[in-house]
Amino acid sequence: MTQLKAGARLRSAVCTTEVMVILAPQVEVDLTCGGAAVHSLGSDPPDGLEISADAKDGTQIGKRYVNEAGDLELLCTKPGEGSLAAAGAALVVKGAKPLPSSD
Amino acid sequence: MNLMMLLEMASSGMGERVAVQNEGQALSYAELFRAAGHAAERLKASGSQRLAVLDVSSLAIPIGVFASAYAGVPFVPLNYRLTGAELERLLAEISPAMVVTDPERVEALNALAGIDAVSRDEFIATSGPDPSGEWPMDPDEIAVLLYTSGTTGAPKAAILRHKHLVSYILGSVEFMSAGEEDAGLLAVPPYHIAGIAAIASSIYSGRRIVQLPNFSAERWLELARSERITNAFVVPTMLARIIDALGERETADLPHLRALSYGGGKMPLTVIERAMKLLPTTDFTNAYGLTETSSTISLLGPEEHREAASSNDSVARRRLVSVGRALPSVEVEIRGADGSRLGPDERGEIYVRGEQVSGEYLGRDSSVGADGWFPTRDGGSLDADGYLFLEGRIDDVIVRGGENLSPGEIEDVLLEHSAVADAAVVGVPDEQWGEAVAAAVVLRSGHTPTETELKQWVKDRLRSSRTPERIEFESELPYNETGKLLRRVVRARLLETP
Repeated sequence: MTQLKAGARLRSAVCTTEVMVILAPQVEVDLTCGGAAVHSLGSDPPDGLEISADAKDGTQIGKRYVNEAGDLELLCTKPGEGSLAAAGAALVVKGAKPLPSSD
Repeated sequence: MNLMMLLEMASSGMGERVAVQNEGQALSYAELFRAAGHAAERLKASGSQRLAVLDVSSLAIPIGVFASAYAGVPFVPLNYRLTGAELERLLAEISPAMVVTDPERVEALNALAGIDAVSRDEFIATSGPDPSGEWPMDPDEIAVLLYTSGTTGAPKAAILRHKHLVSYILGSVEFMSAGEEDAGLLAVPPYHIAGIAAIASSIYSGRRIVQLPNFSAERWLELARSERITNAFVVPTMLARIIDALGERETADLPHLRALSYGGGKMPLTVIERAMKLLPTTDFTNAYGLTETSSTISLLGPEEHREAASSNDSVARRRLVSVGRALPSVEVEIRGADGSRLGPDERGEIYVRGEQVSGEYLGRDSSVGADGWFPTRDGGSLDADGYLFLEGRIDDVIVRGGENLSPGEIEDVLLEHSAVADAAVVGVPDEQWGEAVAAAVVLRSGHTPTETELKQWVKDRLRSSRTPERIEFESELPYNETGKLLRRVVRARLLETP
């Protein structure tokens, strides 16, 4: 369980996925990617972990991932094989609401 | 949070696409990423605490923005028209600094203490050992120092931190949302916030940037056609010149131009209406923002333009002169002189709050309140549907006998007169009223209305207190190069002519 902070960058322990926290709930979150707890970017995850077979849908660069409650939002900055989940529930890609380009 | 994250994503997600081009030179996202890394290593080795660019648009601008982010030093785009004592004062303020510039200026700048001047081509071609691949992660580091135009006084440097610019991009642009064929024509100078914002948002969306270093309407039209430009941003004076260059044509013949956004100053209704006729299939977007807010905070979108232009309803029509509604990531409210929040259609000062809002200047206390709200010093009002209407700078308000008069409102009425091509209204000292309303007016050729006739025109439409006591006819009004009216020059001229 981790207290997430907007702007924090995290990496998967079992694939190449990296994310940045856009929106975080006030409470601690059990955030996983590929079935294993994520780590802050720059820290070394423990060796020997393997991607979980039921969390291999992958992540896509530039997509935003949200939980059902809508209080957790992550931006995928590097894609990978694992899929993201919070408290065991898979995060889903947030639909883009494009604004007209202003510059 | 660091701007480099945006470029790293672009480089890994669409590395082979062209990121930016200028005349015959071009860089892909992957090449821009590498060039920024090499320039960052050079910057770090030089011991410079800032990276300034004193030059027109070239590939050195995007390389410089990201090299600075990579090296963890502020990027400082300077107005290339600066010379002499004014320039030396700014350079002394930012030294020790690396300054990328025109080859002809290198020698003279290198003679200044703490300045390491490099020609643009040498900077673009920087090579050396492989870059570290690491950059600072602190979101509070300064990304850009932007000297504001200083239409009311000496230039001051607005501070934009990585968190402000990255928040702006993430709040307004979707990654790789541009198609492979998309191209944006970048004609605003690099020392303008719109020039910096355009680099960041184009790179994140994957839209090729085509730089136009010295704006002329003819060259803009030429590039828009030859480069199949799909998107462009212009300031009002640019659009007015483009329309002039098109003369009596019935269409602009820019079949690829899908979207044209504008901002940076007040757009005359006649100009935007003519532009919409010349470009019937182009989407128009009006963007309002300030340097201190990392560019756009509100937008009037394409549908709203079309509705307003084709509507007979006065509320909808009036929206064509509004700057639209706040971005979803930004809050806007209007406050009175006593700081209280005002209701719909009440006029006061525009306040803004959001992650992209900096509101800070170098060497001064932040003007952002403890509650996060930033007073813009722009006057305005919000209608019941949240559309924002601008009224000019609070500091330009004319106080006549205790009554606050907005120059913009009087200018709008003057501009509705068929003989008036341009108008500026300012307050001049007056013994009886404190300030009196004075106007400088540029007439359309072939028209010769009298001063009395124009005064009566205003009086018939506004209260008599808003009628100019003096109207001087001039051949043109003073603007800075990004189209901001220089009111202090207008006022000085009026005071010179008794």
